[in-house]
Amino acid sequence: MSKTLNLKLKIWRQSGPHAQGAFLEVDANDIPEDASFLEMLDIVNERLIADDVEPITFGHDCREGICGTCGVMINGQAHGPEKATTTCQLHMRKFNDGDQIVVEPWKATSFPVLKDLMVDRRAFDRIVEAGGYISAPTGTAPDANEIPIPKEVADSSMDAAACIGCGACVAACPNSAAQLFTSAKLHHLNVLPQGQPERWRRTEAMVETMEDFFGSCTNHGECHEACPKEISLDFIAFMNRDYVRAKITNRSLASQ
Amino acid sequence: MVTLDAKIPDGPVQDKWDNHKFSVKLVNPANKRKFDVIVVGTGLAGASAAASLAELGYNVKVFTFHDSPRRAHSIAAQGGINGAKNYRNDGDSVYRLFYDTVKGGDYRSREANVYRLAQVSVDIIDQCAAQGVPFAREYGGLLANRSFGGAQVSRTFYARGQTGQQLLLGAYQALAGQIAAGKVTLYNRSDVLDIVTKDGAARGIVVRDMLTGQVHAHSAHAVVLATGGYGNVYYLSTNAMASNVTAAWRAHRKGALFANPCYSQIHPTCIPASDEFQSKLTLMSESLRNDGRIWVPRDHDETRAVADIPEDDRYYYLEEKYPAFGNLVPRDVASRNAKTVVDEGRGVGPLKNGVYLDFAAAIARDGEQAVRERYGNLFQMYERITGEDPYSVPMRIYPAIHYTMGGLWVDYNLMTTVPGLYALGEANFSDHGANRLGASALMQGLADGYFVLPYTIGDYLAPKLGEAALSTDDPAFTDAIQAVDNRTRRWTSKKGGTHGVEYYHRELGKIVWEYCGMARNEAGLEKALSEIPALREEFRKNVKVLGTPDGINTMLEKVNRVDDFMEFAELKARDALHRAESCGGHFREESQTEEGEALRDDEHFAYVGAWEWNGDDQAQTLHKEALNFENVALTQRSYK
Amino acid sequence: MAQTIADHSVPTVRKRAPQLPWPLNLYQTAIGKKYAMALTGIGLLGFVVVHMIGNLHLYEGPTEVHEYAEALRDLGGHLVPRTGVLWVLRLGLIAMFATHIHAAYSLSRMSHKADKSYVGKRDFVAANFASRTMRWTGPIVLLYVLFHLADLTWGWLNDDWYAGDPYNNVYVSLSALPIAIIYIVANVALAVHIFHGAWSMFQTLGINNPKYNGMRKGFARGIAGLILIGNLSFPLAVQGGLIDIDNHTPGSYAIDTEENG
Repeated sequence: MSKTLNLKLKIWRQSGPHAQGAFLEVDANDIPEDASFLEMLDIVNERLIADDVEPITFGHDCREGICGTCGVMINGQAHGPEKATTTCQLHMRKFNDGDQIVVEPWKATSFPVLKDLMVDRRAFDRIVEAGGYISAPTGTAPDANEIPIPKEVADSSMDAAACIGCGACVAACPNSAAQLFTSAKLHHLNVLPQGQPERWRRTEAMVETMEDFFGSCTNHGECHEACPKEISLDFIAFMNRDYVRAKITNRSLASQ
Repeated sequence: MVTLDAKIPDGPVQDKWDNHKFSVKLVNPANKRKFDVIVVGTGLAGASAAASLAELGYNVKVFTFHDSPRRAHSIAAQGGINGAKNYRNDGDSVYRLFYDTVKGGDYRSREANVYRLAQVSVDIIDQCAAQGVPFAREYGGLLANRSFGGAQVSRTFYARGQTGQQLLLGAYQALAGQIAAGKVTLYNRSDVLDIVTKDGAARGIVVRDMLTGQVHAHSAHAVVLATGGYGNVYYLSTNAMASNVTAAWRAHRKGALFANPCYSQIHPTCIPASDEFQSKLTLMSESLRNDGRIWVPRDHDETRAVADIPEDDRYYYLEEKYPAFGNLVPRDVASRNAKTVVDEGRGVGPLKNGVYLDFAAAIARDGEQAVRERYGNLFQMYERITGEDPYSVPMRIYPAIHYTMGGLWVDYNLMTTVPGLYALGEANFSDHGANRLGASALMQGLADGYFVLPYTIGDYLAPKLGEAALSTDDPAFTDAIQAVDNRTRRWTSKKGGTHGVEYYHRELGKIVWEYCGMARNEAGLEKALSEIPALREEFRKNVKVLGTPDGINTMLEKVNRVDDFMEFAELKARDALHRAESCGGHFREESQTEEGEALRDDEHFAYVGAWEWNGDDQAQTLHKEALNFENVALTQRSYK
Repeated sequence: MAQTIADHSVPTVRKRAPQLPWPLNLYQTAIGKKYAMALTGIGLLGFVVVHMIGNLHLYEGPTEVHEYAEALRDLGGHLVPRTGVLWVLRLGLIAMFATHIHAAYSLSRMSHKADKSYVGKRDFVAANFASRTMRWTGPIVLLYVLFHLADLTWGWLNDDWYAGDPYNNVYVSLSALPIAIIYIVANVALAVHIFHGAWSMFQTLGINNPKYNGMRKGFARGIAGLILIGNLSFPLAVQGGLIDIDNHTPGSYAIDTEENG
């Protein structure tokens, strides 16, 4: 059996989007050091259930850091103190016996709290729907090797495509801006040859949809620090450049 | 009485799919908008099917219990996707991929389906590249390949260690485009709890809105289930927490036959559980076995530190037993041998539940830098989870449930035994036989969704032109809504209770893993068949569900799923009991060679076992679809 | 009903206004406003640098300061009316300043609408003092500019102020300790503001190349440091006696306010 920790938790509880929330203070004793952060919450929940208290609701699914469902603010940091790590991959050995841990849901106007630690991130889907795709209906594709892509370009595209859409960037941003998420999706598609025909339409539409929901970037860099996939701030610069070019190019395309 | 007609087209295996595409009925482009299709699930199969059907012009409604389609568990697949492109000029072909898949499936799959899968694998790679999937490239700009899971050719395409993520994002993006175009309506956070049939055909689904708790129905001309596998019946698996059998099981209860539920695949290189609260197991790429040496201490009571155990006291059991293949024996062989040594009491780690995967020799041979370049990210992941540094201490690994080959029985058109109800991807049984080849799950999900269903669904729909979808006011719907609502409310209205749902799921998992896991035998399966119903009864009586059904209630969501697992587990054990042979992922201890290898019994078991639901408390009826092998000769595997 | 695409219940932070003609439509968006801020920021930064360098004439003496001031008024030589070019520059500066402030104000309103603050304490990792205080250092600089104009351009605050004799006016103003402290504090705020702004503008304008990205922060540090040292040196020099008016008659270079313009 691994070592155990005794912790003091302050966990946000909120019964619905419009309800007043408050911290629940609860002692979490004998937490195995090898448990993940979400397993720690599982244990707390099992004890709450034993006491006939409704368990804490939190989003989670794959628990291996790729689905992007989980994510909470842990002691004021999105996904907690460990760099490049999702909440599900954060393990309790990173904490000390006796620590107080404050747990809050992501907070942003367009990420309304649904219940406790679970938030609604559909705004991200709206941004992708605005243009985050390459229109290639099934069956229309040429041979995959017909369009060579320099390795550097494919790698750069992949760096951006690694985004898991968890929302930590918005949560960590003092402006609740979604620049890192949006620019990562744009970069993924905009650098590829296949992404060129729709590049300017895509950029304009996605940026403007993003601005319907989220704040303005002031280049703090908190998003990058919070990002479990370490998505680079460079993509934001790339998006800024592409957006102004898009405004010009789309104007001239419209006159053709 | 159900009769299994696989509707396999005539002709040589190479021509079946082309002939079939020509012979299926077509729906005129202008008429496609008159048909509504429901797609349940947004993984590779569901998202690709929904997007492709919408592109054709059908009205599609797509349902997911996630907050976004992009969260489906296809996203977690690491390794890659096979495609018979032969870009490497190493002798690959559609026929070879077909042959390897049938052989890898231990001759328990349909030749015609597998051949079609190999044929369309080529188109999948093209389609994904066109969508912007950032596959790995060579410096010349062309696609890179690797050999995967012991294949003799390099036919696996990959995007770093996140191939599943990238393919799913491709399908999700295609879906997003269709949502924006108004051809797809997305229902997120919607739990599908029943399939509605009338006059024997599928008419729609009953859905619980997970935010409001409201139960409502959706009607369509056809229903497509792409709801994944049943690995979570084991509680601990590499599946996501919410992966479940519910939609498939509810379809089974409405008349869809469930095929080969005993088949499940074990992945040998997962991180062992660290404590009783472990909620899931994490898989590490099998490629680790290329350089890692697997061993346990010879002495059951070994107390020395790893570094102090001399070579002679280390039991490199795979290298000793299989000198030719050594640590690279197939997944099932590696897994069973790990179980054997752990069961003998030689397990390592604080819970003595793992075996060592040791890189000391590779580091000594190639240097730490070389090992870091090859496996850096995997080592990092291991260290994050276990807190141990695999460069200095051997990794601990143990097998875990990873994929399930069984599923709803479907014909060549991917239609279940319920007309108008289709099953795609891991949810059906069709292509992998008793064991799945590495990098083939992604291929099958996308083949079904992009390139098979869009052709075959027209055959069912075309004659229905002019028929409206059944109104949701029809008693078939209102009764189903009522039944689902009653079932859901029963859990919360019941007072008292001893344990939460997690407890019962864990208990069920222990039984299934113990008796229907890596190795099965008659006595154990009989035991499971008596323990599972008892547990189910206790669960239904004593499970504690708090809160109300009218809103977000994660306990309630889970209790419905576990309830279905409780029924499914029994069928799985029954299927495993009836199949007295060993094949692929199903190892019956009674049926093994002298060397302890899986021994097939082709004379008695070369068939698909499909079970028909006969009502609560009634045993299911077994139907057999005989498997005929016209192209591939049946052989026995040997890895000595 | 389930939440669907048709259900627009995801809260938005703005209503889209009808598109203005190009290029004004750019300024309607946040990224466009950021561009405007970055471009006007470059202009304002240029002014601050030139202003600081010009002020170094204080170390030469009253005559040189006077000649410098006259040279500014004579910009454009005889081709344009006297002080014409200077006024164009001044108006440009005012326009840039106003745009910079308007964009900053509307962007922070937008972010304010988008953001919901945490109840627990935030633990910032990357955001530094400079980036998080832009919305404080900005207004401080604005107030300081107004004070600075009232003090040295309009002479509202000082009886010993003479139009057209900046050397005297600077000396008189900065020799009062409270005023010197105001200048010091304000210039520290200005340098902090410039430190984040000078880095941030590269990012906003999309001037990005992994090869040179390391230099962006270096540039910001350098330029902010230069301005800090230069501008702080004046109040400190006056207070320390390095700049004095022992050899200068106050008002000797004074000119008619009319001509001064």
